[in-house]
Amino acid sequence: MFLKDYFVTIYKSVGSLLKGMKVTGYYFTHPKEIQTQEYPDNRATLQMFDRFKGEVVMPHDENNEHRCTGCQACEIACPNGTIKIITKQELQPDGKKKKAIDTFVYHLELCTMCNMCVTACPSDAIKMAQTFEHSVYDKRQLKKVLNAPGSKLMEGVE
Amino acid sequence: MALFLTISFSSIATGIHTWLAGTMQNEMLVKITEMAIAGISLLLFLVPLCFFLGYMERKVAAFMQIRLGPNRVGPKGSLQIVADTIKLLLKEGLTPTASDKFLFNLAPMIVVVTSMLVMAPIAFAKDFQIWDLSIGVLYVSSVSSIAVIGILMAGWSSYNKYSLLGAMRSGAQIVSYELSVGLSLISIVILTGSLRMSDIVMSQENGWWIFKGHIPVLISFVIFVIASTAEINRAPFDLAEAEQELTAGFHTEYSGMKFAMFLLAEYINLFVVSAIGATLFLGGWMPFHIGHWEAFNHIMDFIPSSLWFFGKTFAIIFIIMQFRWTFPRLRVDQLLTLEWKYLLPISMVNVLFVTVMAIMGWHF
Ligand code: SF4
Ligand code: SF4
Repeated sequence: MFLKDYFVTIYKSVGSLLKGMKVTGYYFTHPKEIQTQEYPDNRATLQMFDRFKGEVVMPHDENNEHRCTGCQACEIACPNGTIKIITKQELQPDGKKKKAIDTFVYHLELCTMCNMCVTACPSDAIKMAQTFEHSVYDKRQLKKVLNAPGSKLMEGVE
Repeated sequence: MALFLTISFSSIATGIHTWLAGTMQNEMLVKITEMAIAGISLLLFLVPLCFFLGYMERKVAAFMQIRLGPNRVGPKGSLQIVADTIKLLLKEGLTPTASDKFLFNLAPMIVVVTSMLVMAPIAFAKDFQIWDLSIGVLYVSSVSSIAVIGILMAGWSSYNKYSLLGAMRSGAQIVSYELSVGLSLISIVILTGSLRMSDIVMSQENGWWIFKGHIPVLISFVIFVIASTAEINRAPFDLAEAEQELTAGFHTEYSGMKFAMFLLAEYINLFVVSAIGATLFLGGWMPFHIGHWEAFNHIMDFIPSSLWFFGKTFAIIFIIMQFRWTFPRLRVDQLLTLEWKYLLPISMVNVLFVTVMAIMGWHF
């Protein structure tokens, strides 16, 4: 009984080891399976995936209008203080004052691309872009203002 | 071609010898000069060999992991290892303050020197051997086990718990696997009746042992490959280094050139082990011969013997590399179980079979 177990163990383990070697041997002899994208060389044909997140952007429409109300939900949601929202009081046509966005400061150098700000935003004002090659020589260039100059809140977004 | 290569190797050696004997009167001086020449040519052979093995390993690893591997420095990344070596040469060789400085600096030397010493009885081609001593196999197995002293020395003198753990593991590992390596070598010695490397190669003139010796020799070949992978501390038996647990094991504290020497020794060992395996089981430089098929054997002789040797050696190297990139590392208890419960009993019974086979003359 013991001897039988002994040889069965040997037989099974040799089998599983050979199975593993078959897999690696297959990959070795089939270079077409290689997943590597030779990035700087294939810039033109680079294949991007939906899951890739490159930076936070705020889309503007053709009238230079965005959807950000300045509610600061994204600033609170961000785990590492990447977003600073500076708000201002805007005079409405009916004479009332209303909180609006002045500057949306985004520190790319602090961002971990966790997507929490995008999910936190109640009015879909920001999204993740697929840009990359972010490296610069001066850290200050990584501090970005996301709302375009002169832009204003889109009609109908609360 | 075959004729040209085989003749040229031995004739170069004889030529140098006659020339030296003519110029120098003192026989001792001639001997010493010849030894120096052999040593230097060995070094000149080993360094490019290690470059190539390093490159081969990285490429093989990459392809097995569906990657490309080094592909920037030089054509297809072939100069990557050269660049790495230059980097290591330029790096500072740090010696920790609390370490035992003498042993710490001595350890890499011992490891490299032992792995180079084992090169001596290897026959690279027909009549091309540094030292054809009558106890070749015994010499190889005894000298190669000195390396563990270097490893223990490195671990002990580093004054670092990871180094010490790695060295102790390595000690346990090499001491146990040495047995299986020895027993699998013995099975060929029994069949050949000689410990001399050239005799062993010549005994395979009518077929390599792995074909002539039936299943028992096949088993001892498999055991040899497994146990010698363990003996040279390569994955899946790299518990002595185990970077995830022990940072780098016994060479954690080494940097710069001294670290490069451990790397060099690792690749030389890989080559030596594969060369021994190729010599004993696959006929060394002996071309592929089948019994008395004179015509076929004659055609095979046209391929130079050095090509046969290197082809077989690199085939074994490739298998050992494939082990490394396929199998996960063993735990210490699994390592000892494998040796003491499986490899050792099997190889003991196997030696018995081989002996019976040799006595009865059942092999070809
Ligand atoms: S992606 Fe994450 S880290 Fe980056 S700004 Fe949004 S919440 Fe902050
Ligand atoms: S981006 Fe969205 S969450 Fe952030 S302040 Fe603007 S509206 Fe609020």
